[in-house]
Amino acid sequence: MPVLRAPTPSMPSARSLAALLGFADRLAEWGSGRVPTVAGRIASALVNPLASPLAPDDYFGLIDPLLSARHPAGRVVAVRPECAGAATLEIRPGRGWAGHRAGQYLPVGVEIDGVRHWRTYSITSPPEAPGRTLTITVKAEPGGRVSPHLVHRTRCGTVLRLGPAQGEFTLPEDPLPPRMLMVTAGSGITPVAGMLRTLAGRRFSGPAPDVVLLHSAPGPDEFLFRAELAGLAARLPWLSVHARYTRTAGRLVPEHMGVLCPDWYDRETWACGPDGLLDAMSRHWAAAGAGERLRVERFRLTPVLPQDSDAPGGRVRFEHSGVEADASAGVPLLETGEAAGVVMPYGCRRGICFGCLVPLVHGRVRDLRTGELHGEPGELIQTCVNGAAGPLALAL
Amino acid sequence: MSTTAVPVTPLESPEDHTELLGEELDRIRAEIVAARGAQDARYIRTVIAAQRGLETGGRAALAVSLFPPAWLAGTAMLTTAKILENMELGHNILHGQWDWMGDPAIHSTTWEWDFLTPADAWKHTHNHLHHTYTNVVGLDRDLGYTILRMSPDQPWHPVHLLQPLYTALLAPVFEWGIALYDLEADALPSGRKSARAFLGDLAGLARKAVRQAAKDYVLFPLLAGPSALPCLVGNVTANGLRNIWAHTVIFCGHFPGDVQTFSYEEEQLEGETRGQWYLRQIQGSANIEGGYLLHILTGNLSHQIEHHVFPDLPSNRYSELAPRVREICARHGITYVSGSLWRQYVSMWGRVLRHSVPDGSREP
Repeated sequence: MPVLRAPTPSMPSARSLAALLGFADRLAEWGSGRVPTVAGRIASALVNPLASPLAPDDYFGLIDPLLSARHPAGRVVAVRPECAGAATLEIRPGRGWAGHRAGQYLPVGVEIDGVRHWRTYSITSPPEAPGRTLTITVKAEPGGRVSPHLVHRTRCGTVLRLGPAQGEFTLPEDPLPPRMLMVTAGSGITPVAGMLRTLAGRRFSGPAPDVVLLHSAPGPDEFLFRAELAGLAARLPWLSVHARYTRTAGRLVPEHMGVLCPDWYDRETWACGPDGLLDAMSRHWAAAGAGERLRVERFRLTPVLPQDSDAPGGRVRFEHSGVEADASAGVPLLETGEAAGVVMPYGCRRGICFGCLVPLVHGRVRDLRTGELHGEPGELIQTCVNGAAGPLALAL
Repeated sequence: MSTTAVPVTPLESPEDHTELLGEELDRIRAEIVAARGAQDARYIRTVIAAQRGLETGGRAALAVSLFPPAWLAGTAMLTTAKILENMELGHNILHGQWDWMGDPAIHSTTWEWDFLTPADAWKHTHNHLHHTYTNVVGLDRDLGYTILRMSPDQPWHPVHLLQPLYTALLAPVFEWGIALYDLEADALPSGRKSARAFLGDLAGLARKAVRQAAKDYVLFPLLAGPSALPCLVGNVTANGLRNIWAHTVIFCGHFPGDVQTFSYEEEQLEGETRGQWYLRQIQGSANIEGGYLLHILTGNLSHQIEHHVFPDLPSNRYSELAPRVREICARHGITYVSGSLWRQYVSMWGRVLRHSVPDGSREP
């Protein structure tokens, strides 16, 4: 059975510096909006103006990115290969890390050739005491840009930017439901692995919950964490793990539930896997009147449109103003928004001044100057020189 | 360069030349955009680290500046730090040159600089108005900053007789001049700017000015204890030298004698093609020749022509672009104004003096 987490000694330089900067620590916490101590508040009122227009954080971040609270970062301290093209990255988060709940996912900013790309991965380690490491398990998508980089080309010492942990697909606070069912497929196991490891490490004052895991994978070699979960199931009387190998047994359909887990109807259920499985489960649970006992988590992938300049535009939604409009592919989003009555930031209208930047919520855009398709959630879009490439939403 | 669109028919008109120029420059731009990568990212982070190191060192030395060598070293380091901060970092990051990295800490929407005028106000007057209407009389307010007469097409007023004097006086307090200029008080009477917007900008400037002045002229001197006075003098000197340097670089980038000004109507600019726009940017700018250090300290605005042609390409690429742009200009018979700092400085002053008096042919 693989060791889950071998505590790795922290980088001595970073730790001693962090200790030295304990005073400054409180300042930056105040700066990042956390509850300050009175001493910290007074000290920050004195020190912050000295760094103006920057913050003390900007200087600490130069010494070690992990000292930055404003732009949280983590350092990879171990890369462990898992089955078939997947690896677990063990990450020591820096000062800005605010912790997570079991089952949440983590936005990770990865720098590749100077450009930062953001992706989200489920956290596979239990919630930690401050200063401990966390893990994500990444499967390399063939043809992908970020996941193969993380799996194959990430070394110890690599610094990753970390967003705040997100997602409601989590273990409930105490008390836990007495009976739980986890249905997962492929890399859908990752958030559930985080939950099971959390449960496995917990001491229950009363009776432990009864937990059933039904996991689908093409074959045993593709079953992430198989040995570890089998070991847990052997050790913990309240956990049972069933694997379904689709290459030989075919796909799991909800109609199998009656055989695989006869009391599925009464269990609080967590499901994570491909859309087809989740959709079928949602219908099945709803038809049985158990819809409120089913929680699903979907891994959304931004659809990539073909590099075809004749591709149609799409419907644009302006999140904050609640306006929606049809956009043709060749019209700048700035003009689409203005025509729809949205108050748009604007500037030179030629792609020069960067006055018209708006964050993209989802979807893709096309640079009208080059025809290039781009756009990732959170990316700032120059609305005067980008048109819609399919449906999209802007944070405006 | 892989030129694929070489015309087989001879060029008939200046319009053909201009459009070909546009296509060639667009291709260069696309090449650089495709080539941007880890090396460029490392460059800007190195400059940031050097600037913050110099600033920290300068502040530390000025804290013990009763000791004269510490004053000299501290003032030199702080001046260099402020110049790097304004030119290579602030100016270029606020242009969006580094937005492609996706680093929120080095981004045009989040960067604030160690300069009196707030970044937002400056991005409007500089990135938008100046870079769109470069050297167009009546539209580019940077053409003389509303107080100087830099073109025969600008009307002469007796006050312009004093412009050599106030040009010289402006240099050491340049950041205050720019901050007041960015308020666009001159746009109030015409209604181009509302009173409400003006007051909002004024409040923004006041907030920034208080922070800036408090830091350099109150807090750091107080912290220096017995060295308070030399520390204060060092900070004033650093800001003043930075201002004189910024004034010099900016004036040498647009006002040497050979640089053209344009008298277009705004409607004419509406229909301006990409080639015509590039041509106006080239003809309205001037380069300063020098070594690596000069380029760094000017924030690569020594490559003012390349900057105006490609304002959003990373500044560290301008020096590799300059020979190519120059070659294209030579081929199309376009004047490319370039000279040593000394030559451009003298030429710029010639222009200030020449236009301080009314033109013979245009006397009212």
